[in-house]
Amino acid sequence: MTDIAATPSALSPKLSPALEWVARRAEGFVIPVAAIIVGMAIFSVFVALLGKSPAQLFDLMWRGGFGSWFSIQNTLSRAAPLLLAALCVALPARLGLVVIGGEGAIVLGGVAAAAIGVWLDGAPSFLVILLMGAGGMVAGGIWIGAVGALRHYRAVNETISSLLMAYIAIALMNQLVEGPLRDPASLNKPSTHPLAEAYRIGSIPGMDVHWGLVVGIVACIVSWILIEKTRWGFAARIAGGNVRAAQVQGLAVGPLIVGFCALAGAFAGLAGMIEVAAVQGNANGSLVAGYGYAGILVAFLARQNPLAIIPVAVLLGGIDASGGLIQRRMDMPDATVLVLQGVLFIVILFSETFYGRFRIFNPDLWKRG
Amino acid sequence: MIIPPPPPPTDKAVGVETYGMTMRFGGFTALDDVSIKVPAGSFHALLGENGAGKSTLVKCMMGFYHPTSGQIMVDGREVNIASPKDASALGLGMVYQHFTLVPSLTGAENLVISRQHVPGIIDWGAEKKALATFMERMPFKLPLDAPVATMAAGEKQKLEIIKQLYLGRHFLVLDEPTSVLTPGEAQEVLGLVRAMTRSGDLTVLMISHKFHEVTAFADDFTVLRKGKQTGAGKVSENDRKAMAAMMIGDQPIATLDSRSPVQSDAKPILVVKSLKAPDRTGLKSIDIDGLAVKSGEIVGIAGISGNGQKEFLEVLAGQRQRDRGEVVVKDLPYNATRTEARTLNVRFIPEEPLRNACAPRMTVAENMAFRTFDLDAKGKPVAWISSGAIRSFAARLVEQFKVKTASLASPIAALSGGNVQRAVLARELTGEVDLLIVSNPCFGLDFSAVAEIRARIMKARNSGAAVLLMSEDLDELLELSDRILVMSDGALVYETPIATASVQTIGEHMAGHH
Repeated sequence: MTDIAATPSALSPKLSPALEWVARRAEGFVIPVAAIIVGMAIFSVFVALLGKSPAQLFDLMWRGGFGSWFSIQNTLSRAAPLLLAALCVALPARLGLVVIGGEGAIVLGGVAAAAIGVWLDGAPSFLVILLMGAGGMVAGGIWIGAVGALRHYRAVNETISSLLMAYIAIALMNQLVEGPLRDPASLNKPSTHPLAEAYRIGSIPGMDVHWGLVVGIVACIVSWILIEKTRWGFAARIAGGNVRAAQVQGLAVGPLIVGFCALAGAFAGLAGMIEVAAVQGNANGSLVAGYGYAGILVAFLARQNPLAIIPVAVLLGGIDASGGLIQRRMDMPDATVLVLQGVLFIVILFSETFYGRFRIFNPDLWKRG
Repeated sequence: MIIPPPPPPTDKAVGVETYGMTMRFGGFTALDDVSIKVPAGSFHALLGENGAGKSTLVKCMMGFYHPTSGQIMVDGREVNIASPKDASALGLGMVYQHFTLVPSLTGAENLVISRQHVPGIIDWGAEKKALATFMERMPFKLPLDAPVATMAAGEKQKLEIIKQLYLGRHFLVLDEPTSVLTPGEAQEVLGLVRAMTRSGDLTVLMISHKFHEVTAFADDFTVLRKGKQTGAGKVSENDRKAMAAMMIGDQPIATLDSRSPVQSDAKPILVVKSLKAPDRTGLKSIDIDGLAVKSGEIVGIAGISGNGQKEFLEVLAGQRQRDRGEVVVKDLPYNATRTEARTLNVRFIPEEPLRNACAPRMTVAENMAFRTFDLDAKGKPVAWISSGAIRSFAARLVEQFKVKTASLASPIAALSGGNVQRAVLARELTGEVDLLIVSNPCFGLDFSAVAEIRARIMKARNSGAAVLLMSEDLDELLELSDRILVMSDGALVYETPIATASVQTIGEHMAGHH
């Protein structure tokens, strides 16, 4: 190409690829960890102002969450629903959508699973459990898929609509468990008929943790592969990075948004099914346990990365698990851990402003004078 | 309540000088020992490529930045300009590239509310009288009772200048003042401004990329390159070539391929028939009929921004629904799906590529793969993404198109504007191209990038692509097009082959005077 003038040095191959690889990834690890430490420090001040010892608190938190086999199992049990709930936030987030109504999909997934379990009573257990899972996923998928469709085709803000639809879902659940699906024997707490023992999900062998943990971890890994390694994930990242660029490339943005939202909702619905089949044994108001909202925190702490969701969910599960111990030993209300979660959330959001600022993590700045 | 009178219009032009201005941002020197002298009543042009330090220099003058070292003299006295307020008090003002008027208010209202001290209750009767006396002293008339939204761009620009004078500013920095004007309007506004400098009412420092404006209106010029002063002198004693050399240094500039003749039997690649679509406001619509672009020709569409070009492009790119009409590519209806674009070899390069054609936080390699990530080497759809293939593909294009990037893993937002555009061109011009739709490809790019990108477009044309080029830069259209169409108020209103194109006539149609 003789007509195009040579601009000096096109790609400068001076950056060490290994060093660059480490630097670019280290940023996404160091900043959240630093933010968690800062959040803990701020929380310590809060605890100290209450006249309690932060050191004792963190010690209890460690012991309550991770200090013994018992507490680890407790932590993992609490982490299980968070994994799936967090995916319900993280998957739409990769398309640039802030969906905060996973709670609704969890509740409906639970009700659908319970209804199927009761309806098919007597059928082979593996089939029923499979159908319960599928039913929960379909219910949740429709719910959050609708949020995506409203967003793309009618320009309704997905944050507001998902939140409002969560309230509708809860109202629907109340209507169903108090009406058509009610077990007449449930007096104080209207519930569906209890699931037959054969349809309950048991524990992972050797642990007092139900299979939901494994399902959640597998879902996170599958989601990561979907986003990072498949063409649909790549297309979703383009649309999330800049929807105009995706449209110009002729990518089917609408189906991508609806599809990813539906998958996200399906995972949340599956969380509801597991909650029913592994923990509650029937569907009732206990499904509204706030997992959907805790999942928001987990997803943001994990920076919407499905693999990072796994350790973050375990961390938050541990904090949650230690709440009771803190309450008993330090005479602090169990809302204390909610304060910690809130502080962490704010600090993490604030830390988003630091990405790309540190020279050490940003190879693009290395050569500038 | 006492109503403060409008600032006393001291009618004398103000001279400004800088001495040894240096501005550092961390380790980066944006301005390095720049001394320029703009005597009272002169018209001075400030030239330089993007990032040369022009805006840093004027921002220092206007008090937005505090220079690391160096002095500013106003009318020969050393002054300290700590804030834009200080600059205003010294009579220094700036007219920005984009309008800063409130569209829903009238000219008079815009003037009054722009004052530093506006009374809580405005006595409009008194204000209007004061304005009338003020306007009598102005060299040109302007209707002040109409809402700004109804004014033509040229009138708005005049109002911006009047506003500065009304605020008592007699040294004006004009930042690319004609970029939103038609050629006719640009002539008129700059002519008026020059007359005011001649009569000693005004001093002007104009930032411009357009050499013909500089040679026609400015007395003196200063050139900056990479923060350093690389030239200065009288416009009358230097030709364009000399000034361009000072701007770009010894960098070689790409030259256009010579234009191979359009084949007389060339088939129309793109045909648009009775297309109708709503515009952004939804109140008006765009109507395009009988547009045909043949293989091996560049059809340029001129027009002032906001006349429906954007909407037309959005329809072609599948981003906007159309009410009726047909877009036909190679005799097949075209709806801008990925499959259609792929089988018909249609490529689309929107304006401001970082905003419209890239995902800023994804890597350079990923961005360059947007068009092909879902295909394997043989062009078959694949489910799995191979990051190795994406990287090696990008490495090849980066080399070929000379994209300057620290690494393939850099986010594309870290690249300069010219390199983002190079990356996008590399992505879109690789492989066989039958139809290329481009919008303002060189907006905001520096000299050498502009030359190179235009050369690429010409090359695509010469190898048989039909090119639809939309541009707000008339010079660009005149340089590249085989035919020029003018778009005004949502419709194509004028067509001319390049041989008979006249800036005058095109300008009149752009302004809607026909």
